[in-house]
Parts: sequence; C-alpha cells; structure tokens
Amino acid sequence: MFLRMLVRAAVLRRGRAAAALLAMMVAAAVTTAMLNLYVDVQAKLHNEFRNYGANVIVLAKNGQSLPGHALQTIDSVLGGNGVAVPFAYVVARTVDGQPVVVSGTDLDQVRKLDRWWSVTAWPIREEDALVGTRAAALVAPQGQAFDLSFHGRTVRLNPVGTVRTGSSEDSRIYLSLSEFENWTGVKPSTVEIAAAGSAEEVDATVQRLAQALPEAEIRPVRQIMEGEARVLGKTHRTLLVCVLLIILTAALCVLSTLMGWVFDRRRDFAIMKALGASERLIGGFFVTEAAVLGAVGAVVGFGIGVAIAAWIGRVNFHAPVVPRFAVLPEVLAGSIAVALVASILPVTLLRLVQPATILRGE
Amino acid sequence: MFLRLVYESFRRQKRRKLLAGAAIILGVGVATAMIAVATDIGDKVNRELRTFGANLVVTPQEDTLDLQIAGVDLKAPSDGAYLDEGDLPKIHGMYWHNNIVGFAPVLPVVVNVGGATNVTLLGTYFSKDLSFGREEFQTGVRAIYPWWKVSGAWPGDDSQDVLLGERLAAGLGRKTGDEIDIGSQAHRVVGVLSTGGVEDDQIVAPLAVAQSILGRPGAVRRLYVSAVTKPEDAFARRDPKSLRGPEFDRWYCSPYVQSIAYQLQESIPHSHAEQIRQVAQNEGTVLARIKGLMLLIALAALLAAALAVSAAMATALFERRGEVGLMRALGAGSVSIAAIFFAEALLLAVLGGSVGFAGGAMLARMVGRSIFDSQITVDVVLFPIVIAIAVLVSFAGSALAIRRAVQFDPVYALRGEA
Repeated sequence: MFLRMLVRAAVLRRGRAAAALLAMMVAAAVTTAMLNLYVDVQAKLHNEFRNYGANVIVLAKNGQSLPGHALQTIDSVLGGNGVAVPFAYVVARTVDGQPVVVSGTDLDQVRKLDRWWSVTAWPIREEDALVGTRAAALVAPQGQAFDLSFHGRTVRLNPVGTVRTGSSEDSRIYLSLSEFENWTGVKPSTVEIAAAGSAEEVDATVQRLAQALPEAEIRPVRQIMEGEARVLGKTHRTLLVCVLLIILTAALCVLSTLMGWVFDRRRDFAIMKALGASERLIGGFFVTEAAVLGAVGAVVGFGIGVAIAAWIGRVNFHAPVVPRFAVLPEVLAGSIAVALVASILPVTLLRLVQPATILRGE
Repeated sequence: MFLRLVYESFRRQKRRKLLAGAAIILGVGVATAMIAVATDIGDKVNRELRTFGANLVVTPQEDTLDLQIAGVDLKAPSDGAYLDEGDLPKIHGMYWHNNIVGFAPVLPVVVNVGGATNVTLLGTYFSKDLSFGREEFQTGVRAIYPWWKVSGAWPGDDSQDVLLGERLAAGLGRKTGDEIDIGSQAHRVVGVLSTGGVEDDQIVAPLAVAQSILGRPGAVRRLYVSAVTKPEDAFARRDPKSLRGPEFDRWYCSPYVQSIAYQLQESIPHSHAEQIRQVAQNEGTVLARIKGLMLLIALAALLAAALAVSAAMATALFERRGEVGLMRALGAGSVSIAAIFFAEALLLAVLGGSVGFAGGAMLARMVGRSIFDSQITVDVVLFPIVIAIAVLVSFAGSALAIRRAVQFDPVYALRGEA
C-alpha cells in the first residue's frame, strides 16, 4: 500500500514531480561538478606550474662531477613523474681568447623542461650548437661556424639556432652531451629536475633523492616552490568560497522547490488524515517520497556533474577531470538531507492545521 | 486599483514575499560576489605571481658575456660595463611606475673571507629609501624576493653590516652576531640568509659595501625589476620600431613586459632591458588558467542562482492559484492578471536585488580581504546589470507558473482542486 501510494503519487503528478526532480538533478549536478573540480584543480594547476621549469636541482659537491649512474638513479626515483636534465659546464675560449661558458646537455629534454626558452632552431646533428643571443653576437655574428678551445683541444661548431631567455643562458653555448664529453672529457655536474605533484610529493621526492644520491647535494628551488604554493593556496581558498556559495544556492533551489511541492499537496495530506491515517504514516509517506526523489536526483545529477567537470577540465586545462566516485556518497547524503529538511518542514506545519480547513480550500 | 492590488499583496502575504525575496537576495548576492571575484581574480593572482621574483633585468648596453656557472660568477670584476646607481630612482618617473612592485640593483664582487677564498659578495638594496622628485619610496630585495628568509635581522642599507648565506655560514662556522673580516675591514654579521638558491653560498651586503670593495662608487652590474604586466599577445611581440603613431602609443601605454622593458631602457641611460622569460612567459599561462577556471565557476554560480530565484518565484505563484481563479471569476483578463504578477515580481526583484547586490559586494570584499589582503571592489556599473538579470530571471520563473494559473479553470481553482 505504502509503495503503491508512492508510485501513484509520482506517476499521477508527473509535472510537479518532474519539476522537483529537475531541481534536485541540477543542484546535484552543479555540486558534483564543483566538488570534482575542487579536488582535481590542484593537480591540474600543479601541472601548469611545471612550465616554470626545475623545482629541484641536484648538484655535485665541491665543484666535482656527478657519478656516472646519477642520471639513471634520478630517473628511477622519479619513476616517470618528472623530467630530469643533466648539465655539464666548462669555460672555453673563443679564437680571440674571450672566455665563454659552454654547456653540454640533453637538448631534447631541455625542450621539455624549459618551455620558456625562445629558440630559433633546435640543433639536430652532433656538431650543431645552440648559442645564446649575447654569446652569438660574440662568437658568430653572421651565423658562421666557429672554433672553441678548451685545455688545448679545439672543436668546430655550427650555430644552427639562438636561444633567448633573459638570464645567464643568453651568454652560453649549448651542445649535445656526447659531443661535449668527447671534446672536453667533463661529466655533468648538475641535474635540473621538474618533479611533478604537490609540495608534499616534491618534498618526498627530494628525500628519496637525498637517500639515493648521498654524494650529491639536493636543493629544492624555493623561488618556484614558494611562489607556486602561495598562488595555489590563494586560488584554492577562493575556489572553496565559491564552491560553498554555489552549493548553498543549489541547496536553496532544491529546498524551495520541494517545499512548494509538498505544500501543494496539502489536500492529499488532509484526505489521508481525514481517512484516519496516523500522522506518523503520513509524515513517513512524504518524507520517503522526498528522500527517494533526492536519491534519484543525486544519482542522475552526479552523472551530469561528472560530465560538466570533465568538460571544464577539457576547455580550461586541456585535460579531462577524472571523475571521483568518492564524491558520490557525499552528494547523495547531501541531497537526501536537503530533501528531508524540505519535506519535514512543511509536514510539521501542516500537522498543526485541521484537515477540514485544508479541504475547504482555505 | 492595480497599485492597490500589488500593495495589498505585499502587505498581507508577508511570509510568501519574504521567502521569494530571500531567494532573490541570496541568488543576487552570490551572483554579484562571484562576478566580482571572477573579474578581479586576474589582477589579484597577477600580484601574487610577483612572488616568483623579478621578471625584468636591466644590464649595461655594452656588457661582456656573463660567466656564470651554477650561480657562481667567474667574470673578473674589472670586466664589463656598469650601470650608474644615480639613475635608478628615475624608474619611478616611468609611465608604468605604479606597476613596478620593486627593483634591486646587484653588484657581485669576489672577496676572501677568513678561511674561504673566492667568495661572492653580492651588494644590493634591502629596503632602501629613495626619492624621485618629491616622492619617497622604498625598494630592494625584500620587496621582490619574498622567499628570502633571514634568521637574525636585515642589515640597514647605509650600514656596514652583512648577511651570510646559510651554507657559507655553516662552512665558515660563523653565526649571527659574529664579526668577519672582508678584505681588511671588519663587518658585523647581523643575520643568516636562506634562499634555497645560489645566495646560500654568498655574502649579501648593502650596495655601498660592494662598491667600496670594488673601488667604484655608484657602480651597479645588473638591475632586477619586478613589474605587474599584462599577459603577452601578438601585438605585444611587435617591434616598437615598426609601429606608427597611435599604434605605438597603444603599445607604449599597455603594461606588456616588452613595453615596460622599453621604458626602462628609456629611463636608464646606456642600458639594455630584457624580460626574464622563465618568470615573464609563464605568468600568462597560469593567469589564463586561473581566470578561465573562475569564469566557468562564476557561470555555474549564475546558473545555480538563476535556478534558485526562478524556482522560488514559481513556487510562490503556484500557491496562489486560488487568487488567480478569483480574479478570473470576477472578470479579469489574462493580460491584467499577468501584469499584476509581473509587477510583483519586478518589485521583488528590484528590492531583493538591491539588498542582494549590497550583500554580494560585502561578501566579495570579505573574500578579497581575507584571501588576498586587498579589497575586491564591486563596480557600480554592475548594479543595473545585476538588477536587470534578477528581473529577467524572476520573470522567467513566474511566466510559466502564471501561464498555467491563467489557463486553469477558475472553478477548479476556487474549489481548491489542483
């Protein structure tokens, strides 16, 4: 009987029930989307901040070179969660005896790590060099091949492109690491790492690196880490306020719709009461109805909300937001709670009124 | 008659009007706050992005190459050209000087400190008092490098006190309060500096100390400038020499990093200003992501607010079918009935909207104050827009309910049968 009443009530008053369900669904969808975004946005923004380049630097102690296995060790510690680029440096002389810093590195990795480098053309062949704009004016003003000497050994390099960064890179010449080692015999002394993840994850990476490479110094780049933490923290707090406001508004929307829906059916209430149903039964009926509505709305809304969050992720971050099913119970509980409040309130009010008054239409 | 109907409806149905009004106040408040936050967040985050440090560097025009490896400067101090310290306050006379968060000159010199040879001593401003014309201002590394931490005290810019980098201090076994001999002069260590960068191996001193060690008063090797800029676009990248008249003026008067560099070059003679691409180039992307995110969220908030308002209006009207039935039974046409309800909705939207706007403005201010330490002001231009949206949304919410109420047979409505 109870079930039948529930079903008939939903079927017979399709219009109002659909309107209430719609409000419920929209509210649940918006809430789900916001919660999903709120959880995921941190990771997305951390990714954006990795454009700033290295946040951890591994340095050989006392101006020595790093051990040969250093890069493999670092790569295995990172486990694919980051980019590590080795750098070796020497001061070489040009033909006129001018000193210039030459660096050997993995240029393909540099391209991934330092995306702000403005490079005219990346070297392809071994003897190709990438020349800083200021160094280019000195060694190869016309873009011709030039000689560099280091400890009596001379190498001829072909400047295929220039790099402009606005800092010390502009005064350097970059070569592939193998060509550099053939020429100078100097091994990398620095590895720059862009470790992915939150501040805690990066800290953990630093710890693991320090354990794996006791012979080197591991320095987090505070300039990058602190700036990132600060901007992210503030964005996240703003987001939290916004998400709370939106959820509040959505809850209000559901509350007013559902309350209207229950109030609207005060005649049903009065008839049941006049026919001798107990207040508990009637209250239970309305409350169950609202809870079912809330649950159905929440589940459907959850699906829509996940889609919205994925869309926002795609549009804004060019990567979809992964749906978090951990949010579902929260949305479900929240929706049912709001639905219960929305039904209990009018039912308590109706209880005070004589059925005859309601049935008379007053 | 019309006015009286509306007036009496407000006077007698206070509960319903309050409920609908509350929905409008909350909806408009949330919408106002969200619009204000979303439009202002770009500015606020841009300021926060300055915690990444200087985005411009000014060097002498005729400089020799830098010989820096891992932050250690190998260049002979006599080498290369210098900027003149006396020119620095002129930065405050630039067109975009309000966008300059701060600047710090640096002069690295190589010194021997009891036990350690070839230590870099970096001369700079900490928080130097400068004046340009009648304007007084302070600037230095404390303004542009917020991640520099000092245990102890910051040295005065006119003192002989120095900071020791933390690794250097550990290596030398010196601590705050010790005296160290640099060259032949004794300097007091007032603090230990930790930056997580190359400065940890250096001595950082007031600029004048470095200049006297070098024997070149007024010399500055480089100048770091931190400026709030507008993200770069295609127009920003154009060569100022190729721009004509009004185009050049527009370029010059936009706070692009390029135009600020151009103006720095103008105000400091014989200088070359360049953007530090690591900082300058990434600001734009981060800013665009955060702004885009807030915009989409503001849209979601507007949607939720609009739904809440229209749902409240619809609910309030559904309850009044009996009234509509009575009016129709007394011979009122559907147009005049709709007019009454729309007038009520208009009144509610304007009243509730105004209160909501004020509340939303306060909310936005609170968000700005508590999160960004600066105010988010709500533009007054927003007021008519927000009210218009509130009116539209409450009309939309009412319209369907009114249509159904008017179509409903008055006999059933009066009998109370829905």
